[in-house]
Amino acid sequence: MRKKLNTIEKGTLLLSGNEAVARGAWEYGVHFATAYPGTPSTEILETIGEEYDEIDAQWAPNEKVGLEVIAGASFAGARVLTAMKHVGLNVAADPFFTLSYIGATGGIVIVSADDPGMHSSQNEQDNRLMGKAAKVVILEPSDSQEAKDMVGEALRISEDFDTPVLLRMTTRICHSKSMVKVGPREEFPVNGYVTDIKKRVPIPYHAREMHKRVEKRLEDISAWGSESFLNRIEDGDTSLGIITSGISYQYVKEVSPEASVLKIGMSNPLPWNLIEKFINMVDRIIFVEENDPYLEENIKARFLIQADGENIIPIEGELNPEIVRKAVHPGTIKKVTFSDIELPARPPALCPGCPHRGAFYCLSKLGGSSTGDIGCYTLGMMPPHNALETTVCMGASIGVLSGIEKATGRKEMGKMVAAIGESTFVHSGITGLIDMVYNGSTGTVMIMDNSLTAMTGGQENPTTGKNLRGEPAPILNLEQMVTACGVKYIRVVDPHDLPEMEKALKEEMAREELSVIITRRPCIMTYRPGKISVAILDPEKCIDCKMCMKLGCPAISWDVDKPDISGLLCWPNCDMCVQVCPVDAISKDMEGLQ
Amino acid sequence: MKSVTNVIICGTGGQGILLASEVLCAAATHAGNDVKKSEVHGMAQRGGSVSSHVRFGEKIYSPLVEKGTADLILAMEKMEGLRWSPYLASHGKIVACDMKINPMTVNTGVAEYPDVEEIIEKENLPVKLIPAVEIAEELGNLRVVNIVLTGAVSPHLPIDEVHWKKAIEESVPPKALKVNLEAFRKGRELFGK
Repeated sequence: MRKKLNTIEKGTLLLSGNEAVARGAWEYGVHFATAYPGTPSTEILETIGEEYDEIDAQWAPNEKVGLEVIAGASFAGARVLTAMKHVGLNVAADPFFTLSYIGATGGIVIVSADDPGMHSSQNEQDNRLMGKAAKVVILEPSDSQEAKDMVGEALRISEDFDTPVLLRMTTRICHSKSMVKVGPREEFPVNGYVTDIKKRVPIPYHAREMHKRVEKRLEDISAWGSESFLNRIEDGDTSLGIITSGISYQYVKEVSPEASVLKIGMSNPLPWNLIEKFINMVDRIIFVEENDPYLEENIKARFLIQADGENIIPIEGELNPEIVRKAVHPGTIKKVTFSDIELPARPPALCPGCPHRGAFYCLSKLGGSSTGDIGCYTLGMMPPHNALETTVCMGASIGVLSGIEKATGRKEMGKMVAAIGESTFVHSGITGLIDMVYNGSTGTVMIMDNSLTAMTGGQENPTTGKNLRGEPAPILNLEQMVTACGVKYIRVVDPHDLPEMEKALKEEMAREELSVIITRRPCIMTYRPGKISVAILDPEKCIDCKMCMKLGCPAISWDVDKPDISGLLCWPNCDMCVQVCPVDAISKDMEGLQ
Repeated sequence: MKSVTNVIICGTGGQGILLASEVLCAAATHAGNDVKKSEVHGMAQRGGSVSSHVRFGEKIYSPLVEKGTADLILAMEKMEGLRWSPYLASHGKIVACDMKINPMTVNTGVAEYPDVEEIIEKENLPVKLIPAVEIAEELGNLRVVNIVLTGAVSPHLPIDEVHWKKAIEESVPPKALKVNLEAFRKGRELFGK
């Protein structure tokens, strides 16, 4: 069995970018770390929680709180790190922009994990633009070794130049593994909180001075950056010079090993002196960067140069070696021997046994639908349920439902409810509910409580009774919270109990007042069944009515004229197919299974 | 030995693709290679297509395999193996579990599950189908299907057996070690040729 990583003080480990950031936090003396889970950033805090006891680590209810808490710890002299996915930085934007003015006492690293290609996200925003707008330093690693090293450098920059540092990762850096040389933990003292009102209270009188300091800081760091190892020129053939950063650097080295390369590791403020040197060195320039043409626009604007970039590299989507090869060296495209074969798509689906399935099945059966939110239950949009119609951002289901009612009236809104998970409700749904109560909206909010932040792989949250390290924590009581908001009609239902689930939805959707249904059943990831139990079909009894297919269960497929229930996929403590079969053709031994 | 070996491991969420790629990476590392791997987490894992790219050799830059360059594709589900065929090099091969898992698009009647064997023949694809589920059933543990398949592909990769065994020892919990080593051995002996 593997040793805990904090017992390994030297050598080489194969680490993902996220594991490398966690390692960097440990080696470079981070005292305190927070995050709200979000793909592709989640494993940073998970790894800290599992491997590195020396770091005080916790899940935050949302990214804004996560950043505020580490800001306070920095004020008191601690080295701190918070991690979030790219859209999480939007939630944390308020403290992010002002913390830039206030600066850092203990080093502050804010990790933004962007998701080019939208593997698991609703947009493709490039947070280098956010970092530049906030006037903070941005570092961009291009493999796991750099991810680890840059945590250390970010902390030094943060303390030396009095600035928060944004470590901008992308999915391909977060979730790729590569070799990392590791070292022991370095300890730094926490100097304690010292009052400094002029520094930390940005009333206009103070903030005007702060802003001047921020502009000067950017100039200083740019000059420093031209000498730093973070940015480097790799000498090669001077007829072609490629300016690149992040994962794109790896693709450039793969397809164009001969070219001269300017590798940018610090993308704000840009190292102007080094860039000027490179421009004067090479005949032709190509910018190879993922998402927005950030380096290209800034460098072209400053030096008024002609260069290729967004005209040959797409802005949308994730890059890969083929795309870069086609743009830079189209003559060297690899020969493809076997062509694409047209195959059915395999989109994600709610797991067999998923509690959300019961709620969406009933909603769909009643002809209802929902404004949706961010989580596994966004999959309620998929056939056969087709029972979720909007998703904007964390918590938006409630505001959107109320807005539809404002525009159309309750009658027109019909059988539309808001569908939101418990973790998302705590993150930023509750303010939407307070708005509904305060402004007299009607409608039904369905809080889908599976007692886990599930989509990101299963993390604890304030409702689960455990903290990041799996230790007992107070349980946030959703019923009391909703009651305190002023909601009069609240009911709790087990979504696997289909008659009860259907009744709750039917009655609450008919009510011309605001109500909340809490669908409560633990995520299957938290359930360890004591035994295997598989639903069995009696083909003699089956009347081919396809009612069981309406559950959209991955374990049930249609085999010519009968359902086929997969013993491999069927989930032990679920019997919804037994419940929906009108002729009792499906049976399952549920004894001892809840 | 050529300088870089490219492998794609694919299948559907929950089939143990990440463990199989962990084992391959550890084995390649023990054999003295530079190693990179890339994989997908999050929404795609909820029963969707999942893949992991593994590259090893003297020096690796891109963590992603380029089309037309994969030496080996290991598929935990037979149709998923076909999905990656444009990535296969002319000398490459696909080793796939003969198991069929319907995607939701098939269950909901939007699409039909293809006749995989017919496609293999028609397209002249270098695919070897392996009854790994049967082997795992014989071993009494359905969770070792991935390691049976890892055993089956192991002789096709430039990594000695001793490194594979060490990699498995490091990657699975102690109480599951025996059955995993047995699964690896069976896969290697029965289908490794």
